[in-house]
Amino acid sequence: MSANETALVNVTGEPLLINPNKTFADVNAEVAAPIERKPGRLWWIFFTISVLLTLQFAAEITYQIIKGVGIWGLNHPVGWAVDITSFVFWIGIGHAGTLISAILHLFRQRWRTAINRSAEAMTIFAVMTAGLFPLIHTGRPWFAYWLVPYPNWRYLWVNFRSPLVWDVFAVSTYMTISICFWYTGLIPDFASLRDRSTGWRRGIYGVLSLGWRGSERHWQHYERAYMMLAGLSTPLVLSVHSIVSFDFATSILPGWHTTIFPPYFVAGAIFSGFAMVVTLLVILRKVFKMEEYITMHHLENMNKIILVTGMMVGYAYATEFFIALYSGNPFERFVFLNRAGGPFAWSYWIMVSCNVISPQVFWFKRFRRSLVVMFIVSLLVNVGMWFERFTIIVTSLHRDFLPTNWSYYKPTIFDFSVIIGSFGFFFMWFLLFCRFFPTISMAEVKQVLWNSKKAAGKVPATKAEKIHA
Amino acid sequence: MLELPFLRPKPMRGILALYDNPDEILTAAALVTEHGFRNVDAYTPYPVHGLSEALGIRKSWVPYVTLVMGLTGAALGLTFEIWTSAIDWPINVGGKPMVSLPAFIPITFESGVLIGGTMTLAALLVACGLPNWQAPILDRDLTNDRFGLFIPETGPAWNEDRAIQFLRSTRAVDVRVIRG
Repeated sequence: MSANETALVNVTGEPLLINPNKTFADVNAEVAAPIERKPGRLWWIFFTISVLLTLQFAAEITYQIIKGVGIWGLNHPVGWAVDITSFVFWIGIGHAGTLISAILHLFRQRWRTAINRSAEAMTIFAVMTAGLFPLIHTGRPWFAYWLVPYPNWRYLWVNFRSPLVWDVFAVSTYMTISICFWYTGLIPDFASLRDRSTGWRRGIYGVLSLGWRGSERHWQHYERAYMMLAGLSTPLVLSVHSIVSFDFATSILPGWHTTIFPPYFVAGAIFSGFAMVVTLLVILRKVFKMEEYITMHHLENMNKIILVTGMMVGYAYATEFFIALYSGNPFERFVFLNRAGGPFAWSYWIMVSCNVISPQVFWFKRFRRSLVVMFIVSLLVNVGMWFERFTIIVTSLHRDFLPTNWSYYKPTIFDFSVIIGSFGFFFMWFLLFCRFFPTISMAEVKQVLWNSKKAAGKVPATKAEKIHA
Repeated sequence: MLELPFLRPKPMRGILALYDNPDEILTAAALVTEHGFRNVDAYTPYPVHGLSEALGIRKSWVPYVTLVMGLTGAALGLTFEIWTSAIDWPINVGGKPMVSLPAFIPITFESGVLIGGTMTLAALLVACGLPNWQAPILDRDLTNDRFGLFIPETGPAWNEDRAIQFLRSTRAVDVRVIRG
């Protein structure tokens, strides 16, 4: 199959995004196939595991709400650990979805069409997962509504100068806009599913499609609205992780109080998110037989982005270190030396080896195009990026200005329970999505398909195209 | 199909021509206005570029909603921050000024995006008259692999034969009379 793929190139030598021998009807039939047949054994195995992990997650949260956050390894001075680490991690995962759907759309990167739907779904589920952490971390989640400014009996408002309040606005806006964007993209595909199905399915997809019929008058509005949402999502995604980084950067703790944080966090978010997209797509294309849509070319492009953002992250690590040493600030210098050589050095070096060293294999085309290599690297990057947030949060907290404050953070079984539980929760939603929603944007792929047909000379060029050529 | 009242189609009358590729419908669309047909619409599985120009469909007004609502949202966000922090109950937090503009920027921006984005989706739905579960589905393949050109029955000067004749002269794979 790989020989077949490399053979398909256009006049400029770029690989075609999709096999030009396909018909429009093939696209609908093949994308809808996983939804229309009963799920296979693999799906059930993954789903059962995810549901079990989610159940233990729910049990852990319930117990923690009853007992208090003390069941975690949190204590003075490490008051933020796996909870906030996981929050930042999951928000970061979400960013790649928006990058693929919005930023690549604005840059006219047509290869995004096969992967944007699943990447956007990943965004939404990742943000849902992330949103749980600040809530349970407050210890009294039944007062979570205090985070929102609302008229109340105490006549009090939230403190708008606090980055934690900015976070509430940023994350909830991000969630809302991501859902709007995703749903807009889904409308024409729900209509396609409606027109293929009968009975109760037709009713459900009919309602979800809102009665979309593909009228040109509607497409005209649709395309412009989609462009506007992409335009809004682009600065939004950059702002969200910048604001998350402000949670740290606006404090005065050495290791947190640094101006490099916003771009460093955004690069890291995109890096980890792309790794998660690669992890998911390698599985998805295999389980649902989407190899002809999510081609090696798509995966290779994503691996290139992993390489680039991985080096940005590596550069940020180096800059942080350099500035800490160069600043002449003894506290700053201590924190960084303590990171690389202190009691949490293991975490620091896991981060460096996973995030900076492992993506370097992608300099070689052979590895960029190897499913096994990219799957392993994507998992390593996910691990590395989780430890990056852990390193930033825990090593900065555990030894601050006064040695009397120093301590070591030891996770309990409940810390591990929330980490694996969050993965179960995320995968449960993603698996349900793969089962009931079209994982590839059919309408957009058809557009790309027609271009591929033209490029491969499968259909005659029109008069205007001949003149243009 | 579920027999729910809101899913029952509303009648539509006119002539529908089906094409099996986007280039054919573009060629036909370029001729249809020249032949004097009005309010012609196309139904396609994906947006075919050039079709709205050929059919004389005006550019969407949705982006103006995004702009105006985005700016309105940002203005509302900032006003709310200033009102709560400096007017309704001014509290001195860490000696910062009551109107701490730099600290108010993130939420100003987020409110702009939130209102702008949700209103863009709302405007899209209003512009397309969605949800509209009563609109008839002219052909099930129009969301699959067929491209349809629809000439609606208009006014007393309507000449059905002329429309059929014209559409047959294009490279349509099928021409159908739609009644109800």
